[in-house]
Amino acid sequence: MAMANKNSINQLGIADNPVFTRQFRIIRKRTETYDTFSIDLVALDDIAVFDFEPGQFNMLYIFGIGEVPISISGDPENTGTLTHTIRKVGAVTRGIGGLKKGGYLGVRGPYGAGWPIKAAAGKDVIAVAGGIGLAPLRPAIYYLLAHREQYSRIILMYGARTPEDILYLRQLEKWQSLKDMTTLVTVDRALGDWRGNVGVVTTLVGRSSFDPSNCISMICGPEIMMRYTVLELEKHGVEEKDIYVSMERNMKCGIGLCGHCQIGPTFVCKDGPVYRYEQIRNQFLKREM
Amino acid sequence: MENLEKILANHPSLSDLDDKYIQLLVSCASNVVFKAGEYIFREGEPADNFYLIRHGRVLIEVNLPPKGSIIIRSREEGEIFGWSWLVPPYRWHFDAKAVELTRAIALDGKCLRGKCEADHDLGYEIMKRFVQIIAERLEATRLQLMDIYGNGK
Repeated sequence: MAMANKNSINQLGIADNPVFTRQFRIIRKRTETYDTFSIDLVALDDIAVFDFEPGQFNMLYIFGIGEVPISISGDPENTGTLTHTIRKVGAVTRGIGGLKKGGYLGVRGPYGAGWPIKAAAGKDVIAVAGGIGLAPLRPAIYYLLAHREQYSRIILMYGARTPEDILYLRQLEKWQSLKDMTTLVTVDRALGDWRGNVGVVTTLVGRSSFDPSNCISMICGPEIMMRYTVLELEKHGVEEKDIYVSMERNMKCGIGLCGHCQIGPTFVCKDGPVYRYEQIRNQFLKREM
Repeated sequence: MENLEKILANHPSLSDLDDKYIQLLVSCASNVVFKAGEYIFREGEPADNFYLIRHGRVLIEVNLPPKGSIIIRSREEGEIFGWSWLVPPYRWHFDAKAVELTRAIALDGKCLRGKCEADHDLGYEIMKRFVQIIAERLEATRLQLMDIYGNGK
């Protein structure tokens, strides 16, 4: 990842103000599925680059409606453009969905802890995503492929509800064509013309070849999907210490002050969203959390 | 038959089965090939076999008029499918279709049921393994029903 222009950051006061909101313009918008879209953004200030770690998120602000935490889904080495993939589920995300190319957004971030891509060097990397959970994992996969020689096997397992719900279809096809990466896609159900896998994403774990004693697993999706994926990975010999999950909570401030996203002793916005599983296990399995 | 014996003995679900039982399984086994698009069995037909896929992919479907066929599961190389041969009235509950050229080992369920009745130790070993397969399917089906990707559609 490139280093940000520190002088410009200091001039704007961003370095001293972690909740500083920068103005961005939408330069590209594309539909991913019936309820999900991606936007590419460029900053309107003098800072050309936006540095982030795969797995981090931004607070996106739409003027007059509100702010929402969204994971960054673009290439971490393409620091000139900021990409977010957004599902329309509430007023803010629907509002952003209503913006067109040229529309403006406020962006503050990046926040939180990212995927352990450096710690995964020399190991097999198993990425398991469900639904829109592929978006926060995509930057990590871009990074792994850009530094392919540093890793052993790279395996992506992705599950969606139906073929119509599959995110980044062309990207997945491209990854499936790579010889040095295994990309498995499954859907929960399909009509007669589908020729791919059918079954929940956990069923893909047993179909992959990896070294459980020398791997890092990164899981992102709804908590129920992550819980069962952890069980399946453990069944295949992966230890808890090698499993990382990305948690989703109601992040507000992004810097661990407001407490909206507290889970047990941690704040998802600051200590997460990516956690080592053993760090979050007790909270993960509690209904009240 | 030596090849079949090797394949069965090396299969993860059967790998720790005693050699004498592998021999019994081999006596109920045969190689089968299905062309792309060919139905292996149809709902309601007698469930006389189960299959171990050596190569290819099989889709388990159910006909849901007026939508047509809905695919509920796919099975591929190394996986076993079909357990209706174990449960009366021994009829398939779904359709199974080869989506590409598929080579498999068919195990004659009728033959195997007879051997399990005659040797309850074998019956217990087989039952233990199929209970695991059935439990895995049950869990996967529950997860499918939970709509775990949660887009609320």
